Amino acid sequence: MSLDRSDVEKIAHLARLQIAEQDIPQYTENLTNILQLVDQLQAVNTTGVEPMAHPLDAVQRLRADDVTELDQRTQLQAHAPAVEEGLFLVPRVIE
Amino acid sequence: MFEKTLAELAKGLQQGEYSSVELTQAYLQRIKQQDSRYNSFITVCEERAIAQAKAADQAIATGNAGIFTGLPIAHKDIFCTEGVRTSCASKMLDNFISPYNATVVERFNQAGAVTLGKTNMDEFAMGSSNETSFYGPVRNPWNTDYVPGGSSGGSAAAVAGRLTPAATGTDTGGSIRQPAALCGITGLKPTYGRISRYGMIAFASSLDQAGPMTRSAEDAAMMMNVMAGLDPRDSTSVDREVPDYCAELNTPLQGLRIGLPKEFFIDQANPELAKQTEAALKEFEKLGATLHEISLPNTGLSVPAYYIIAPAEASSNLSRFDGVRYGYRCENPVDLEDMYKRSRGEGFGAEVKRRIMIGTYALSAGYYDAYYNKALQVRRLIQNDFTAALQEVDVIMGPTTPHPAFKLGEKTSDPVAMYMEDIFTISLNLAGLPGMSIPCGKVNGMPVGLQIIGNYFAEQKLLNVAHQFQLATDWHQQSPDGLSEV
Amino acid sequence: MAWETVIGLEIHVQLSTATKIFSGASTAFGAEPNTQACAVDLALPGTLPVLNAEAVRKAVAFGLAVDAEIGKRSVFERKNYFYPDLPKGYQTTQLAEPIVGAGHVEITLEDGTTRQIRIHHAHLEEDAGKSLHEDFHGMSGIDLNRAGTPLIEIVTEPDMRSAEEAVAFARKLHSIVTSIGICDGNMAEGSMRFDVNVSVRPAGSDTLGTRTETKNLNSFRFMEEAIALEVERQIDLIESGGKVIQETRLYNGDTKVARSMRSKEEANDYRYFPCPDLLPVEIDDSFIDAVRDALPMLPDQWKALFIEQYGLSDYDAGVLSSTPSQAAYFDTAAKQCKDGKLAANWVMGELAKYLNQNDLEITASPVSAEQLGGLLERIKDNTLSGNIAKQVFEVMWSEGGSADEIIEAKGLKQVTDSGAIEQIVDQVIAQCTTQVEQYVSAEPDKRGKMIGFFMGQVMKLSQGKANPGQVQGILKQKLDALV
Repeated sequence: MSLDRSDVEKIAHLARLQIAEQDIPQYTENLTNILQLVDQLQAVNTTGVEPMAHPLDAVQRLRADDVTELDQRTQLQAHAPAVEEGLFLVPRVIE
Repeated sequence: MFEKTLAELAKGLQQGEYSSVELTQAYLQRIKQQDSRYNSFITVCEERAIAQAKAADQAIATGNAGIFTGLPIAHKDIFCTEGVRTSCASKMLDNFISPYNATVVERFNQAGAVTLGKTNMDEFAMGSSNETSFYGPVRNPWNTDYVPGGSSGGSAAAVAGRLTPAATGTDTGGSIRQPAALCGITGLKPTYGRISRYGMIAFASSLDQAGPMTRSAEDAAMMMNVMAGLDPRDSTSVDREVPDYCAELNTPLQGLRIGLPKEFFIDQANPELAKQTEAALKEFEKLGATLHEISLPNTGLSVPAYYIIAPAEASSNLSRFDGVRYGYRCENPVDLEDMYKRSRGEGFGAEVKRRIMIGTYALSAGYYDAYYNKALQVRRLIQNDFTAALQEVDVIMGPTTPHPAFKLGEKTSDPVAMYMEDIFTISLNLAGLPGMSIPCGKVNGMPVGLQIIGNYFAEQKLLNVAHQFQLATDWHQQSPDGLSEV
Repeated sequence: MAWETVIGLEIHVQLSTATKIFSGASTAFGAEPNTQACAVDLALPGTLPVLNAEAVRKAVAFGLAVDAEIGKRSVFERKNYFYPDLPKGYQTTQLAEPIVGAGHVEITLEDGTTRQIRIHHAHLEEDAGKSLHEDFHGMSGIDLNRAGTPLIEIVTEPDMRSAEEAVAFARKLHSIVTSIGICDGNMAEGSMRFDVNVSVRPAGSDTLGTRTETKNLNSFRFMEEAIALEVERQIDLIESGGKVIQETRLYNGDTKVARSMRSKEEANDYRYFPCPDLLPVEIDDSFIDAVRDALPMLPDQWKALFIEQYGLSDYDAGVLSSTPSQAAYFDTAAKQCKDGKLAANWVMGELAKYLNQNDLEITASPVSAEQLGGLLERIKDNTLSGNIAKQVFEVMWSEGGSADEIIEAKGLKQVTDSGAIEQIVDQVIAQCTTQVEQYVSAEPDKRGKMIGFFMGQVMKLSQGKANPGQVQGILKQKLDALV
């Protein structure tokens, strides 16, 4: 699988990453090389093999429904980029 | 003092040969004098360390001390440390002062340890040479023209350079074992789930595992006694009894069955390194172990499978770094999308962006089955290989890395060549198995490591095997040339 | 041309747990911004989710209430997209293996007909925070208190054919989730939010038309209005030669106008994959049985019980079972007075009137079910007439006290002493000579109607305390004796 410039631009947009214009060829080449490496997987017969998302065959533990976290807004917002009246500020959200 | 292990220092503290404050000040002084050569620390926590040392001395004086009380260590800068910058070696978190402690940090605090500082690493633990750090590369104390390995390169270099007796590390594809090998120290990646991941900034959640990086197996066992155990805050941490990792260190190795995967020994990239591995194996035979050829037929697929699974998880794990609630936000964003793209584009380095993009691609519509799901299936095949092999043998051994340390800049332009350096370590993370690297020789003056792989939760066995080797050899006691003079 | 409307719903139901689905922060509504958003909710680096047992229990309770298969193994996945109210950059949700599988709900329409609406599945997920669009120097404010509140998203099959059916279903669902106590049902606070998928097709066609999704409707009325508007828009569009495009729309209940949401240039690519921080959720039969055993009566079960045990009409039973508190109230009162029909009349009549006038929920009624039951008992044993009982109820409502206390204090006891009643009857006959003459001279079959006048006079004289049944008997006997 090889990627072209428009693939890289599409992926970068999906991942919300600004890539400088002059860096795109380098990324295209690097990503293509990595995809060529991983393309070895395509040759493997995996019919009937259960995908393994977790290394351990364990099940989820459940937590009691008790309030353990009290208000820590002051500490948690101490180093936030922009805060006003307890809200995190971001450029206008348009629906 | 700087040549002493944790175990020896603990004895010295208990016997009053020196106080924790003296010990801590000595190490802080040494970091100040020496670390410009290695760049192994991102943040040195001088005041905090002295305060912790004072408290430790108090505890020792009043008889409230445990074995770890007053011992200085360093944490990889991936572990959130309350009130301290926790950067993950990224511009993205250069201004992030963590409001909470990672469970690993909390456990060491509870045990009375002193935190000297936070060690350098590859950005977000993505790298095998510690060259992707926002704070500049770490240099190998054995030869500063060479890389220390990565991603826990700062921890490895700090221990090898005797700037700390021990450090924590994390290992997603070899990030404890590979730098341990390249820096001539001992490193253990435990079974997935043995140590809490809470507060350890996630790279690839199903592969990440914390572990100790030390001068000796005995020290690693001491660290494990603090680090291991269930954490209710980490759903993937395992509810299973924690043994005393120091208890079995002295068990003789008579009759130990060692498996040698032929895939780790064919196509030897470096004959000199192979000789060192063979010599180490001979040593084990002398200790009563027997060697058996085994096969892990899917070894070659571990790097490709890993470079789908790890970037896929990372692409999602790193979405939280968006400039909204903490961390880096670009100057004067024109709108929301601009804020996202520039904050992330400017805040992440090139390797992190590459991996996010690979992961994004592998999960995207139309490619999920061909890439991500396929990689998860191959992961199962790799696990099956180990499960079968570990029915025949007690432990598996081989070289930790295909090469000794390489020069700075040598592989930075070729990501794929860099990835192949992890060929022997990566499969364990995919399977979730524990593995250790211990120093077993030198090639052209640079240390190389022997990897010891065990079954799930067999850390006690690995530490025992490593300790017995270290009783019989002195590779782990060797220091980089000229270290004593500086 | 005749058109058929096809409607499917997606409903987000906030589960009424004390804490978030993956953190120990409170879910209480209305707190100061970001005071209930802990490190996990803010997606601080290194934080991890741990699943709330109560959220699982409540999701399973829902599954049992709609007769659905329970997913004994369910898997959380990550739905990846960037939005400021989504702190992790992904929503933790379920996709391929949800906790609740296919089920169904029966609805009753106003004309009494019933319909089955199929539930496709319901899955557990986390709610997002809120973007506040008040102007902060041209910026938006983000409040993450709601982020991580447990939700089940219920997805129906496209089984509804009119706004009326959709609303009937929505109401029924509201009644189910509040009955079983998994949601407070407060729609104004966003505890239940409806997305409606609407399409139209020529009547008789069996292929589906292109649908649109109108999001986040938080009242039944808005839902009804939005559907009507969208159906009309689609039909107009098609009849004028246009085509419906698949899009997401927003309905403004205040202005009664809907608009297309600014569509993102690219189609969403959510890159779902299993969440590596959470393991598969496995629940066994004993877990399910425990949830089932703790399940309160469902509306349909109450309804069936009321019809069977008290002989109520389908309609009355339906009304009384529509909310769990009303059903329980009625049941208590009916049990106490041993007369379901009497209790039904009072709960739907006098009590409902007072509640309405005072804008109160039945749970806030100053007259308890036991108090009402006590009052109805006094009607049953002839201590009170219906009219006097209403007076007692009024006192009960405004001043409190049991029926017996009020009867005693106000001397409202019904007169059942036939000697005393005879005296009053004699007095009335003596006073109303004209009417007595008319009665005597009337055709026998007209006399029955005329007795009402005398009844009124007797009751008036007795201040309403005479037992009406006895009065009628004695009057008839004495008047007929004069003929």
